[in-house]
Amino acid sequence: MEDVEHIEKKMKLIDENGLRLDGRKPEDMRPIRMEVGVLKRADGSAYIEWGGNKVLAAVYGPREAHPRHLQDPTKALVQCRYNMAPFSVTERKRPGPDRRSVEISKVISEAFDSVVFSEQFPRASVDIFIEILQADAGTRCAGLTAASIALADAGIPMRDLVASCAVGKIDGVVCLDLRKEEDNYGDADMPVAMIPRTGEVLLLQMDGHLTLDEFDKAFGMVKDAIGGIYEMQKDALRKRYAVTAEEFSDLPEQAPPERRAPPEREAPPEMPPEDGEVPQ
Amino acid sequence: MDSGPARREIVIPGELLGGRNVKPGRGTFAEREEVFSSLLGIRTERYGRVGVIRLSGRYMPYPDDLVIGIITDRGPSHWLVNIKAPYPAALHPAETPWRIDFGDTGRYLEIGDTIIANVLTVDEIKHIELTMQDMDSRRLTGGQLVDISPSKVARLIGARGSMIAMLMDFTRCRLLVGQNGRAWIDGEPKDMAVVSRAVEMIEERAHMMGLTESVRAFLETEYGMRAGPRPR
Repeated sequence: MEDVEHIEKKMKLIDENGLRLDGRKPEDMRPIRMEVGVLKRADGSAYIEWGGNKVLAAVYGPREAHPRHLQDPTKALVQCRYNMAPFSVTERKRPGPDRRSVEISKVISEAFDSVVFSEQFPRASVDIFIEILQADAGTRCAGLTAASIALADAGIPMRDLVASCAVGKIDGVVCLDLRKEEDNYGDADMPVAMIPRTGEVLLLQMDGHLTLDEFDKAFGMVKDAIGGIYEMQKDALRKRYAVTAEEFSDLPEQAPPERRAPPEREAPPEMPPEDGEVPQ
Repeated sequence: MDSGPARREIVIPGELLGGRNVKPGRGTFAEREEVFSSLLGIRTERYGRVGVIRLSGRYMPYPDDLVIGIITDRGPSHWLVNIKAPYPAALHPAETPWRIDFGDTGRYLEIGDTIIANVLTVDEIKHIELTMQDMDSRRLTGGQLVDISPSKVARLIGARGSMIAMLMDFTRCRLLVGQNGRAWIDGEPKDMAVVSRAVEMIEERAHMMGLTESVRAFLETEYGMRAGPRPR
């Protein structure tokens, strides 16, 4: 294994034209694609592809909080579990919660706790599961963005959707939405989550250093980016729920294909008839 | 249900629904004299009050709802019933049609039994109580249960029961729909299979126009132009 700590920072992250490794300008984001309602068993779900990140989010609830001693008689708990698949990174990740994923789970739970109307569901819990299938830096932002639309899909009342994006500094330049190499060899990384409607900040973490001016610039950039992500979230939700009349007429008139064989009963059921008649 | 425009207005949590001129209704909240949606659903407006009819989510019980429940636990003088709400509902012997001695609950309803009941009360901390005092309330025997999302129950019933009546006419099954998103079907196995496929169809296309016609077309491919007397 490489001793990452002692590699010299000789990787050139920004070329002479001011473009990044993948040809982006500093204020460009990676391509994002999101889809709502991808899982049948969960109450709400979403899948997001954000550059090289592939993230699945599922929401269950409101449901009874377990263990019972955690229940709050005045409001619902908002619990999140962020988990990385062993195959999500180049070197196999040891499965299970570690220091990093426990922290991310905590900050994401707290971000959602302030948008969900949890007092409508006393004693209950809203459980959010974020599974990172493939990681390429900025997974907590992708996870938050996906979980937010999964919550809306689950019919959980909220003040607004939550949108999130990261910003950072590479080769001394403030850049939006870092990818893996930029994150590893860059100078700073700062994930931000906001309520786009009001501009309230729900999550802000920083790794590395930014000067006050750089911070202001970075924050302005990320705020604009979050506005764009918010629109994508709304489009994804509308696409899932609004089906126009013409799309409807294109659908086949038949019922959906039979998913399971019809129940077969060999023996007559041993249940008494409704109105008390004795079968002959 | 209603014959509105081909596309209904879908609103998203946090979407602005109106200013000072409207009052906040169900599924909304007010902030700085403006009204916003708190749910993903369809916008409605009536008498200056805007509301949102939700398109997804768990069943939330309201008093008088007819529900189909499954007994999950039993004590000497109560049962707990799963009605697909976030919380189990309690049923007390005084709310049943039977006279039950203390400790004798198991003679009437056992764990796993299915009942039709009505929601009696839901208090502010969401303790739910059921009643079986209603004429229609009873233990269900035979048949099978089908799940549908609670927000689509209205489509399964149809305007003044039109959808449910059509399903019963064609399949000659007995069909009962609880507000909590459970339907009970009883009839010939092949007819029950048709009903459950029709329910799946309604589940998938509930938000589309012309739902009744497409369900009718499906039933006609199964049965031809049959509409016999409905079993009671």
